[in-house]
Amino acid sequence: MTRKLGRRGFLLATGVAGAGVLALGASRVDWSQLMTAAAQNPLSPDAGVLVVVTLYGGNDGLNTVVPAADKAYQDARPDLAYKPEEVLDLGEDLGLNPGMKGLKKLWDDKRLAVLRGVGYPKPDHSHFRSMAIWQTASPQTASQTGWLGRWLDATGDDPLRAVSVEPVLPPLLAGQRAAGACLPVSGLKLPTGALGAAYQALGQPQQGESPLVARAARSVADLHTTAAKLGGSTHDHDGGKGQLAAQLDVVAGLVEAGVPTRAYSVSLGGFDTHADERGTQQRLLGELDSALSGFVARMRRTDRGKQVVTLVYSEFGRRVHANASDGTDHGTAGPVFLVGDTVRGGFYGDQPSLTDLDNGDLRVTTDFRDVYATLLQDVLGTDPGAVLAGHQGRVDGVLAT
Amino acid sequence: MPLLDERAATRRLLDRLGFGPRPAELDQLAAGGFTAAVQTVLGATPDPVTMPDLGPDPGRPGKQASPAERKQAQQALRQQELKAGLWWLDRMVTVKAALPERLTWFWHGHFATGEQKVRGPRLMLRQNQQQRQLGAGSFTALAKSMVTDPALLLWLDGQDNRSGSPNENLAREFMELFALGIGHYTENDVREAARALTGWTVDRAAVKANLVAKRHDGGAKTVLGTTGPLDANSLVDVLLGRADSPRFIASRLWFRLVSSDPVPADALNRLVAGYGPGRDVTGLLRALVAEPAFRDPGTALVKQPVEWAVGLMRALDVVPSKLPSTQLLAELRGMGQVPFEPPSVGGWPAGQSWLTTSADLARLHLAQLITQHADLAHVANAEDARRLLGVDAWSQRTSAALSKLKGAALVAVAACAPEYVVST
Repeated sequence: MTRKLGRRGFLLATGVAGAGVLALGASRVDWSQLMTAAAQNPLSPDAGVLVVVTLYGGNDGLNTVVPAADKAYQDARPDLAYKPEEVLDLGEDLGLNPGMKGLKKLWDDKRLAVLRGVGYPKPDHSHFRSMAIWQTASPQTASQTGWLGRWLDATGDDPLRAVSVEPVLPPLLAGQRAAGACLPVSGLKLPTGALGAAYQALGQPQQGESPLVARAARSVADLHTTAAKLGGSTHDHDGGKGQLAAQLDVVAGLVEAGVPTRAYSVSLGGFDTHADERGTQQRLLGELDSALSGFVARMRRTDRGKQVVTLVYSEFGRRVHANASDGTDHGTAGPVFLVGDTVRGGFYGDQPSLTDLDNGDLRVTTDFRDVYATLLQDVLGTDPGAVLAGHQGRVDGVLAT
Repeated sequence: MPLLDERAATRRLLDRLGFGPRPAELDQLAAGGFTAAVQTVLGATPDPVTMPDLGPDPGRPGKQASPAERKQAQQALRQQELKAGLWWLDRMVTVKAALPERLTWFWHGHFATGEQKVRGPRLMLRQNQQQRQLGAGSFTALAKSMVTDPALLLWLDGQDNRSGSPNENLAREFMELFALGIGHYTENDVREAARALTGWTVDRAAVKANLVAKRHDGGAKTVLGTTGPLDANSLVDVLLGRADSPRFIASRLWFRLVSSDPVPADALNRLVAGYGPGRDVTGLLRALVAEPAFRDPGTALVKQPVEWAVGLMRALDVVPSKLPSTQLLAELRGMGQVPFEPPSVGGWPAGQSWLTTSADLARLHLAQLITQHADLAHVANAEDARRLLGVDAWSQRTSAALSKLKGAALVAVAACAPEYVVST
């Protein structure tokens, strides 16, 4: 399932939004709506902004934050393991994957927090179920709403408060009543000449049209506004930068403009490395690294940008032992990253043991809801209780408040 | 409420119970009036089926396979997937009787099964043919075929569901999405239903599912108040026997063929009466097109991307497999819909979810691709394009937009007009 079940596949395959909000039609916004909102109701420069980066496919945590010096690690995956001299030393016998030089700089700057052993009780090895659990923050029972969707439900109706820069709305932004908005980013190269002009003219509103026909016209108009206004921020499929960098560029532009959005969702897929993992994962982590470090550097240049906290997670880590195909199968706990100006860099949570395993898997040391609760409270300024069913845990001290 | 006139109602019939008119089809049918058109559409003889030969299952590369071997197996699978998808698209475009294909397409979205996880195009085609053969008859037969369908078993982990170690995925989705609708059963019913479905395994090479007796839980189960040694077959009888089931099936067809708004209670009763004790899908459709709402100008639907593309290719007489297949599928993917790849077991979204800026651009590209492969030199003005596509009327906006174009460019833009993108 590595090939096609990338970002897009996983989104809806979680089943969260399949029959719910998306079926009814999630809100779509265009650039001009966002800019109007920024002009009329700009986000307070000291309001926290959360950017959620989802790594679809199950990123191998042990080869991301690597216990290279641990003999048990080397023994468990001899052909897949990084040598101690290969990784970027973080101390405590851990090192970052060699593809993550930008994040290493952020670590040295004390702007990167590494939360270790993050997961949930009774881990599920299904991508669909596990991603649904992460996105709904409901490990015990299936939920129809995402955690940020419930935050939207609890705090008002404006869909602009949460924006996905992905082709379709991820379940984490689907609430019971409210849902985040989608702003697509890829490949908005419009035709020119007579055909282009005729096509653009289809976007004109026409009095007396039925709502769906009017919406279809509006959508054509949105396309032209978006392409015109986003300009260099949109990327063709074959652009030099990766998809994640393109998404984060759009987020950066929106934050700088003062759009009243408090939560953004972006994503990168392809982490389901059952076979020939090393090269694939290092390439993907490299893409994450350059996209994220570029974004953080840009965000540090403005007051609004300094309020941005970025969360990076995946639905699960992978098994400690390599499989017979130079890959790893679905596992459990993994590291979570928090990056930003208000983040207090360092390690949080205990590194799971490589010898005391649960049926071949790492034991969870940090509940993922502790992370969400901390972000809801300290970045979004909301009481996490209503969103996380009264969950009490927090990751203490990770954010300067 | 003013109803659509006979011609517009006939056009809508062709949109909703097919993929839109082929050249001259609307003129011919409309001449006889809506009622006669309904008889023609519902009574049409299905076109004969010749399934494609995909060749043998490329198999799964073993643990010891080299990267090259794995890549080769991957490519072989990819080729089969492409062939299967194009075969179905070709069929949707070229059949004379569109309703059976439209129903097959509906059931594919209902029992939404994804090749992304099944990884067996031959299994997907087998399911597809079952839905084609059974799709217009008794829902009982279709549901019983689906509950042990090999592709569906793989998609919903039915293989992992065995006595003493049940996997509830298939049982839950069968109740929630296929037979009853959410809220019409309890968690305990799901657990018990899962026990009834234990023991099925898939033989990929033989393209079939088998019941392995020792994996099946033969004990008594209680599902929705019925107790007995339920198995897949009798479980379906229990589920479909519930009063919630006909209402659910009728609402799903309404949702895709009439309107995204809920069915009014009186209309729902009439649909259920048409479905009847025989659970007759065609009877339900007959009741559905007889509803005043079917001729209500207010009940518009956004065409799903595949419906839109197939409709355009039918109107222009363009065979999908004659197009550059990589681009065809890339644009469909860009619009958010590729046959055999629903995003989840919940199927595809509906309504304005399809009207996104990024999907619009893919739509324009696909319209350009299709029109470049059609003979459109004779299409001189907006009116020609309107007749060709079977649109009731262009708005002033659209007439003006199209006024400076002709030929393929004209039809490409016309196909992206709101009046064509939405089935009004």
